[in-house]
Amino acid sequence: MSETITLEVLRYHPETDSEPHFQRYTVPYKDEWVVLDALNHIKDNLDATLSYRWSCHMAVCGSCGMTINNEPKLSCHAFLRDYRGGVIRVEPLDHFPIERDLVIVMDSFIDKLSSVKPYLIPKQDKPLSAGEYLQTPGELEVFHQYTQCINCLLCYAACPQVGLNEDFVGPAAMALAHRYNLDSRDGGRQARAEVVASNEGIWECTFVGACSEVCPKCVDPAAAIQQTKISASVDWLKDLLTPGVHR
Amino acid sequence: MARSNKPMLWLPFAGGGLVAALLTPILILITGVLVPLGVLHLRYETIAAFAENPIGKVILFGAVALPAWHVAHRLRMTAHDLGLGGGIAIKAACYGTAGLLVLAAAGALIAI
Amino acid sequence: MSRRPYVRKVERSWWLQHPRYVAYMIRELTSLFVGLYCALLAVGLVRLSQGHAAWDGFVAAFSSPLGVAFQMACLVFAIYHSVTWFALTPKAMPLRMKGEPVPGIVIVGAHYVAWAVVSIVVLIGAGM
Repeated sequence: MSETITLEVLRYHPETDSEPHFQRYTVPYKDEWVVLDALNHIKDNLDATLSYRWSCHMAVCGSCGMTINNEPKLSCHAFLRDYRGGVIRVEPLDHFPIERDLVIVMDSFIDKLSSVKPYLIPKQDKPLSAGEYLQTPGELEVFHQYTQCINCLLCYAACPQVGLNEDFVGPAAMALAHRYNLDSRDGGRQARAEVVASNEGIWECTFVGACSEVCPKCVDPAAAIQQTKISASVDWLKDLLTPGVHR
Repeated sequence: MARSNKPMLWLPFAGGGLVAALLTPILILITGVLVPLGVLHLRYETIAAFAENPIGKVILFGAVALPAWHVAHRLRMTAHDLGLGGGIAIKAACYGTAGLLVLAAAGALIAI
Repeated sequence: MSRRPYVRKVERSWWLQHPRYVAYMIRELTSLFVGLYCALLAVGLVRLSQGHAAWDGFVAAFSSPLGVAFQMACLVFAIYHSVTWFALTPKAMPLRMKGEPVPGIVIVGAHYVAWAVVSIVVLIGAGM
């Protein structure tokens, strides 16, 4: 009899359930397996009705975010060997409505992401004939870490302010805004400030820092937000002391 | 959504956090340990002279007002975290208390 | 197919559910002691403005066993504030020199140096 491990998985089928409940499955234990492998084993062999998102199985697509033993993690990034000897509780990411089983409704995040204008807004319009934008490796390094976000939503699940205020724009969206604000080719900081520097933007953040702790790509959204608080405050002071100057 | 005036609250919060971090511990060491032990003496003449000096006034005011504001803002945000709401009562309690300390310090320093 | 997304309520005890949030709440709530000490300083300034006798009374009060015990608590949590505040500075103010990022430990270290300098200056001033 080879070793096994037990998963306790949250189930919710809206057509039959009034509320979620947990269901236990016993799966083979393998040193090299991640929780995603265990879920795939359940779906392939034990219970085909289990629904969950996944794709790359290598922590680059951001699809398989879940709460595993009370911690937001990518299920492809959570090794069974770290939970050996215990029960693994698998739930959907916190702070999002549950669509079905481990699948959450992420529409609010998509709206928040688009609201920060996550695209280059050039300082000046240039005709194509002027050629491409030049950027040194040093200029790229300034914002490079903030380009690494895979939209996995672990930071939204970890952030208590996301839980307490559903209008809070949230870590990933503001880290992405920061990515563009720091880009030497960009001139859109003021345009983004309408959302980013609003009460639902950076000012909802109390620097808990959980977002950066759980981020699988080391984006450090907490740093992005604190830096934005400083730049937004400087902008606010400039507007106060020299009103009407177009920036 | 519009640009917020939160910087009005946040800038003194940030300044207060730095002042609290750099200055408050040594002040507590002096008043809480060194003076009670008799190692240091805060004589009225010396402190009053410092408080009569305009720069002394600014330093003393900053040492009280900025950390007080910092704590007020922080406790207001924490009250919200604890489910005590973001209403006018919490704001009045937090900023009002800090305001009283600021006014008391300012009043005293102006009088000296 | 009918959709009926299930919304989970955030409990008032959310911060007790994970050590990370407990630590955050401790960090925030203990800042109260910095504020309480500011109140002590404010009272001190008022007493100073009221003259020699009032000031001496203030010094006697904060030197009492109760005054010292209260200030011990304030000192512990003020130092805790300093340590946690300095630790976060590299995130809020990343520096670059000659195209390379300045290591976080240097930024934190510079704050500890400033802390030492300010403390020494104040001690010398108070000793006069």
